[in-house]
Amino acid sequence: MPKKKAARSRALAALEKCPTGITGLDEITFGGLPRGRATLVTGSAGSGKTLLAMEFIVRGIRDFGEPGVFMAFEETAEELAANVASLGFDLDELIRRKQLAIDYVRLERSEIEETGEYSLDGLFIRLDSMIQEVGAKRVVIDTIEALFANLSDEGILRAELRRLFRWLKDKGVTAIITGEQGQNTLTRHGLEEYVSDCVIFLDHRVVDQIATRRLRVVKYRGSAHGTNEYPTMIDEHGLTVLPISSLGLDYPVSNERVSTGIDGLDTMLGGGYYRASSILVSGSAGTGKSSIATAFADRVCRDGQCCLYFAFEEAPAQIVRNMASIGYDLDKWVRKGLLRFHAVRSTLYGLEQHLGSAHKQVSDFQPAVVIVDPITNLTAIGDEREIKSMLTRIIDFLKGLGVTALFTSLTSGGHTAEQSEVGISSLMDTWLLLRNVEDAGERNRLLFILKSRGMAHSNQVREFLLTDGGIGLREVYVGPGAVLAGSARVAQEARDRSQVNGERQSAARRRRELEQEQALVTAQLEALRVKTASLTEELQALGSSEEARLDTAARQREEMTRLRGATPEQAHR
Amino acid sequence: MPTKTERTKTPRRSSRKTAVEPETWNLRLYVAGQTSRSIAALENLERICQEHLAGKYSIEVIDLLKDPKLARGDQILAVPTLVRKLPEPVRKIIGDLSNQERVLVGLDLRPKQLEPS
Repeated sequence: MPKKKAARSRALAALEKCPTGITGLDEITFGGLPRGRATLVTGSAGSGKTLLAMEFIVRGIRDFGEPGVFMAFEETAEELAANVASLGFDLDELIRRKQLAIDYVRLERSEIEETGEYSLDGLFIRLDSMIQEVGAKRVVIDTIEALFANLSDEGILRAELRRLFRWLKDKGVTAIITGEQGQNTLTRHGLEEYVSDCVIFLDHRVVDQIATRRLRVVKYRGSAHGTNEYPTMIDEHGLTVLPISSLGLDYPVSNERVSTGIDGLDTMLGGGYYRASSILVSGSAGTGKSSIATAFADRVCRDGQCCLYFAFEEAPAQIVRNMASIGYDLDKWVRKGLLRFHAVRSTLYGLEQHLGSAHKQVSDFQPAVVIVDPITNLTAIGDEREIKSMLTRIIDFLKGLGVTALFTSLTSGGHTAEQSEVGISSLMDTWLLLRNVEDAGERNRLLFILKSRGMAHSNQVREFLLTDGGIGLREVYVGPGAVLAGSARVAQEARDRSQVNGERQSAARRRRELEQEQALVTAQLEALRVKTASLTEELQALGSSEEARLDTAARQREEMTRLRGATPEQAHR
Repeated sequence: MPTKTERTKTPRRSSRKTAVEPETWNLRLYVAGQTSRSIAALENLERICQEHLAGKYSIEVIDLLKDPKLARGDQILAVPTLVRKLPEPVRKIIGDLSNQERVLVGLDLRPKQLEPS
């Protein structure tokens, strides 16, 4: 037993893959279908089985140089050619170049009578002659279950099918056998019993009137494969499978900052968004989400880089016109080829198709920045879980390419914003929240940074202004007991100014008063000093005159005395 | 196989020529190699024709191993397949033709509803 196991694993290691060339399918099968074996592709009607098979053949010829054979039971060669002509496949040319052989097998039950034993050697011979004719490496049989509908002897059929698949293996061709989905089985007639190396299931379901396509690798003997249901789309390029690329979170990270296009916001974020990060701008209606997106787009284009703008709400012309009103000339960038709009109504097709077209657009355009405005419109076509899974894919895809992505999200109602966004916010690196504040008869826009991974960022609220000259951020009025914005802020600032002015004026007045008083006192002091001086003078004068008077009196007395003593008569005179 | 084919073919053709009739049966038997099943089919066919279409039929045996491309023209999947080219419409009977009743029905030599009786 162990020996057998070892031998088996050696065989597995040697399993060679045959690339289909179908976008995504080779990724989830890690290289393609098992080479030299048959793969069963099953699904309901219209799920894209024939297309997948045809692409396998045509891409095999075109991309891998492997001629192919297509045996059709349901459509004629002409019908097949017409069906895939819209994909740019020219089957007639491939047939002319002997790279492709198509055989339409017509079975008409009413024409056929069965009697006795028979084999399907005719089928083998036809296949074989075609394989030899073009040197085919790939074979498609679409869909062999038609045999069951037209031939009644199931015993013979089953034996012959077994022989057919064995024979195909011996031929060494890589084959696709298509089958119709049964009630509770993969195929209506149990083909999976015979073709068991690889089984691919295509699903086409309609939920809420939106059709979505899925692809699942049910089994792949001897190979690892993605086991999920992968969204699939069919467009003008054919079938595309969209693998969830986040099999590993190993995308490169960048420390480079990209400007937001708004000076104040750059400052708040400490330099701008990180390159290749994902940014969510959420807010209720009319808060300026698209404006922030536009500012970013404008900035990117100004730096000479490309920006891809997915508009799910407005027509490009309308966006251009509206943004011109706040000073952003997007038309210029469109003409220069730096800005590309991809505008479709979200309900036009399913999430997968959106995702797929996003993949294609990004791959084609190679933008530095992708803007999706708004992602919430996608809720019309998918529930939150699906949108989250789609966004996960988009974000991982974009991060892998180093593309910065900005998503806007419409939230309804003011205060539930943070909750309603929980589903997708965890995917975002930076989350800007815009909020309308209604006060004193006006609405004002406020901007918060709710989170920004890996960078210091402002915790402050800013008032968000849309002006003719672009977007401006103003610091809101944060005063005692109030955070004010808009005219309330202006009014409050005016009040503050006048208050300050009044205080300044009264201080000046007081100063003047004091100065006057001081001057007055000084003057009084001067007067007193002068008075003192005069008094001193007077005193001095008084002193000297008294002395003179006393002197005189003394002299008079002496005179008198002298006079009395000498001539008293004279004294009476 | 080739010798047998030639041998069978020639007399039938001549028989058709001699029997100038408005209704000529042009039958084609597709086989893949000379297997016991194809030999049985041819034998069964010849017997039935002798019994029911004596003198107004021709049988052409085509070996797909030799002419694989011919399988496409008459939309042959199973072998042996007997194709009634004429009279129209084209009918096909697959198998070794061992059930004579069904062959007759398939060739429109016997109406289906009369089969039980």
